[in-house]
Amino acid sequence: MKNRRWKFELWILNFIALSYLALVLIIPMANVFYQAFKDGLEGFWATFGDESFRSATLLTLAVAAIAIPLNTIFGLCAAWVLARHKFPGKAVVLSILDLPFSISPVVAGLMIVLLYGRLGWFGSWLEANNIRVVFAFPSIAIASAFVSLPFVAREVIPVLEELGKDQEEAARTLGANSWQTFWRVILPSIKWGLLYGVILTNARAMGEFGAVSVVSGNIAGDTQTLPLFVETAYKEYQTQTAYSASVALALLAIVTLVAKTVLTSTTKGVGRGH
Amino acid sequence: MTLAPIRSLIHSFPRLIGKTSIPFVVAFSYLAIMLLVPTVAIFQKALTEEWSDIWRIATDSVAVSAYEVTFVTALVASLINGLFGTLLAWVLIRHDFPLRRVFDALIDIPFALPTAVAGLTLSTVYSPNGWIGGFFPDVKISFSRIGVGIAMIFISLPFVVRTVQPVLMDLEKEIEEAAACLGANRFQIFFRVIFPTILPAVLTGIALGFSRAVGEYGSTVIIASNLPYNDLIAPVLIIQRLEQYDYAGATVIGLVLLLFSFATLIAINFLQVWGRRYEE
Repeated sequence: MKNRRWKFELWILNFIALSYLALVLIIPMANVFYQAFKDGLEGFWATFGDESFRSATLLTLAVAAIAIPLNTIFGLCAAWVLARHKFPGKAVVLSILDLPFSISPVVAGLMIVLLYGRLGWFGSWLEANNIRVVFAFPSIAIASAFVSLPFVAREVIPVLEELGKDQEEAARTLGANSWQTFWRVILPSIKWGLLYGVILTNARAMGEFGAVSVVSGNIAGDTQTLPLFVETAYKEYQTQTAYSASVALALLAIVTLVAKTVLTSTTKGVGRGH
Repeated sequence: MTLAPIRSLIHSFPRLIGKTSIPFVVAFSYLAIMLLVPTVAIFQKALTEEWSDIWRIATDSVAVSAYEVTFVTALVASLINGLFGTLLAWVLIRHDFPLRRVFDALIDIPFALPTAVAGLTLSTVYSPNGWIGGFFPDVKISFSRIGVGIAMIFISLPFVVRTVQPVLMDLEKEIEEAAACLGANRFQIFFRVIFPTILPAVLTGIALGFSRAVGEYGSTVIIASNLPYNDLIAPVLIIQRLEQYDYAGATVIGLVLLLFSFATLIAINFLQVWGRRYEE
């Protein structure tokens, strides 16, 4: 009798938890696809012929192509420095590394304007040399790199710590130089963690809205990224267009989640804390 | 004559780099360019104003109401997530039901979905003729402060679930069973055994979610009507000031948010230290 009551209570708790998930997350997510396809495929495909949609997609890919390599090189260096060395202020550096996650994206964009804008620190020098940063591609790339800065380092640090120094030292003793040690010993061991970090960097860099909308100027066909395109289309009451473009971004999110699920089960036991 | 010290500095430069190795140089220069210089710039820009002006801009009535909307709504949103997020974490770990792994993976959607898409779909779903908003014809959800709260709940949902899950997983079932054997009822087990163990993780998750919700712009700007004294949040106010070329106004309010980010970062660090107090 008592057991049955407990089972019923469990069922209620499950129901509450999953209803909450449905209200906040699952129904809104399903709505993206419903709205994009509710008038059939024609409306959906029409968006892909749109000139500003194409240029927004290209710009978003170009931004990722800059932000990913920058943050990957930085992330590898920072992870190695932070996992392998002790130095004064290391705890502070570890905290600072997370700042891009807690700083509002709008404040991040504002900082970029204050540095590279017309009235900013480097503004007059950039203008004298005819280099446009704000309201142009470079600032969009910088903003996207800023918001996605910690991912690679954050994913690689625990893997490197778990791995330990032994193999690296053995390689050194056997005469490998730093470059060989990195390519042949370190990289093969951290590749899954690194890949996951890169995928997260990619998702965040492609999807960034706040920081980019401060610095880009949102000029259709020129400085409009895909998330900005979605917002602009929605504001102009082109709901179908907004949702079709959203499907592209939602697919990016789904690919990221699938990659996460696959990679975390691959690296289980290699020290990911899941 | 006076060039000698500079020359010796230039000569010692390769040795300095050689000593500190390439990864050090790359990591710290990138951090300096991307994080340190911009942070100094925002302080420097704000401090070129008179103190009285800074105070006047920071405590302007529109700004104060924007802080109130931002911080109070974010706090409510993160507390709601503290409750339901903990429940979700527990349900996902302790129970098996069909599609459990799919539900578990879905928790991360707010991390991966661009916030503009989140704002778009939430404002549709919670509008009066939307799937969920249609059930509440008398309550204005989209384009009101409640909508802002919903968007904040959405984007901060994963934090509590993902910080509580590993702690719950480590919590051995034997401890609960021992408590039950010693005669504790389910409420006693929860409040005396489980709750004290997961509390630091729950608070860390709430703090992380709160910090994220305060800074959020993409989803909130789309679901809000952005009217001052009503549902205007601080990040939107910064953008409005910038659009009016009021750089001083934008910078001072930006600085307030930045100082808040520093404060939460420190608070979260303390919470994590507290959470590990029994380790080793």
